[in-house]
Amino acid sequence: MGKAKKILNKIIVYILVIFGGIACLIPLLWMFRSSLMNSVEIFMTPPKVFPSKVLWSNFTEVFELYPFLTYYKNSIILVVLIVFGTVITSSLCAYGLARIKWVGRNIVFACIMGSMMLPFAVTLIPTFIMFRKIGFTDSIIPLIVPAWLGGGAFYIFLLRQFFMTIPRDYDEAAYIDGAGHLKIYMKIILPLTKPAMAVVGVFSFLNTWNDFLGPLVYLNSESKYTVALGLQLFTGVYRSEWNLMMAASCLVVIPVIIVFIIGQRYFLEGLTMSGVKG
Amino acid sequence: MKNKMTLRKKRENIAGFFFSLPCIIGFIMFAAIPMMVSLGLSFTDYNVINHSTFVGLDNYSKLFNGDDPYFYKSLKVTIYYVALSVPTSIIFSFSIAMLLNRDIKGKGIFRTLFYLPSIVPTVAISAIWLWVLNPDFGLANSILKSIGLSPSRWLTSEATVIPTLVFINLWTTGSTMVIFLAGMQDVPRQLIEAVEIDGGGFRTKLFHVIVPMMTPTIFYNVVMGFISGFQVFAQSYIMTSGGPNNSSLFYVFYLYREAFQFMRMGSACSIAWVLFIIIMIFTAILFKLQNKWVYYGGE
Repeated sequence: MGKAKKILNKIIVYILVIFGGIACLIPLLWMFRSSLMNSVEIFMTPPKVFPSKVLWSNFTEVFELYPFLTYYKNSIILVVLIVFGTVITSSLCAYGLARIKWVGRNIVFACIMGSMMLPFAVTLIPTFIMFRKIGFTDSIIPLIVPAWLGGGAFYIFLLRQFFMTIPRDYDEAAYIDGAGHLKIYMKIILPLTKPAMAVVGVFSFLNTWNDFLGPLVYLNSESKYTVALGLQLFTGVYRSEWNLMMAASCLVVIPVIIVFIIGQRYFLEGLTMSGVKG
Repeated sequence: MKNKMTLRKKRENIAGFFFSLPCIIGFIMFAAIPMMVSLGLSFTDYNVINHSTFVGLDNYSKLFNGDDPYFYKSLKVTIYYVALSVPTSIIFSFSIAMLLNRDIKGKGIFRTLFYLPSIVPTVAISAIWLWVLNPDFGLANSILKSIGLSPSRWLTSEATVIPTLVFINLWTTGSTMVIFLAGMQDVPRQLIEAVEIDGGGFRTKLFHVIVPMMTPTIFYNVVMGFISGFQVFAQSYIMTSGGPNNSSLFYVFYLYREAFQFMRMGSACSIAWVLFIIIMIFTAILFKLQNKWVYYGGE
């Protein structure tokens, strides 16, 4: 292959990658640009790329029209309770399934793996009826309880795979020194698997923040809405006021992007672990 | 000595059980019991308010004999969507992974850019694309017009709504791309080099080395794509409300409507079980076919 052809190839690759990368970003940039425009400029054809005057007041208007501060508060409470529950209980279970030899281990693991195949549509209705019967609808309890009971098969699987890679000699040595399992879990396994815990943490944050169906089914009063539900409500009412709608969308997207930038490494690591080893 | 061992074994059994207890309870409460209850309810006319009565297979026969026209409609819509979205997203994200797998500068930044859209909440994705694809004032139609193409109705016409949702789905396949990219790191270098020494071109490298070595990852993504494609809900709920004229009435949306708008829980459970069985059959077929094309190295 000629040298010229190689260089040409490289240029084509760069053009494709740069073009694709920008194309991925455009909808997000367009959202941000639209959120800063006034309601006349936004409908111009052909569209203006930049607002002639940056209008931050769209954001304050969104806060005045709908209680997004309350939605933030609700979402944050939910995220904290769910992320803690998921990290704590899924790692406890993963420890039990990876590091302790006991009679029911294989059956329990098989059941949990099997439950990953179960569509949420099947369990949604009976679970809803159950929570309704005990009077917990229109509260965040139905959204939190599952997180404190293992947090989901996927996380348990991910952590178990990770825990299996730690040499067994560590446990043995600690055991001989008289340490129980709780001590081994806290003093040996947890410090060694911090990155894996972070992976579970960021994914459970993302899934909670982005969850739509769960809050939609369980939360009725608007004062209990999460940010995602609040945006949906807003979208329904202000469908033609695109600048406000885009400002509201920014409010929902920005926290996710901040967490993503901070924890980017763990997002990518988590995907790699799930796809390649799973 | 022997006594000591059995004592330890006993203690291990107790410890293992208690460590796993949260997920055992979770499994029983949120998977095993609901699954059984759902199956049971699917044979009743339960509607939350009145007592339920046993109706046998009525719910199922109502679905299949066409009494409820929405059942077949939603099934058709969903299969159409899955048939389009699975292959396009696999090919698209595989191609991007191939591009990023090359020796290029700023690889990490590009990977981040392609991955970024997949973390955006569905509600926000929906709002953004409603605006970008707005038939009158949206960016997409302005671009089409400026390069001399005719504008599209996108989400507002029966013919284009599903292809448009498939297109939006492409925007969010970043995670599939990252999984492919990770898989490509495991393709043995010496195999690619061997092709290069023999004078094989890009095509040989791609179809005789990279794709065959990547089949386990492709298989994983196809299965996940199928399962999630069948359960698409929020996009159509927010963007199109199932319309226009039910042309984006996805199966889970139909189920949601039966359960939470019409409160027909019995019937909704039968709809859920039909979905469960369809997914099981599809996954079984995929697993059966896998030994025809999936290559597991060293096995």
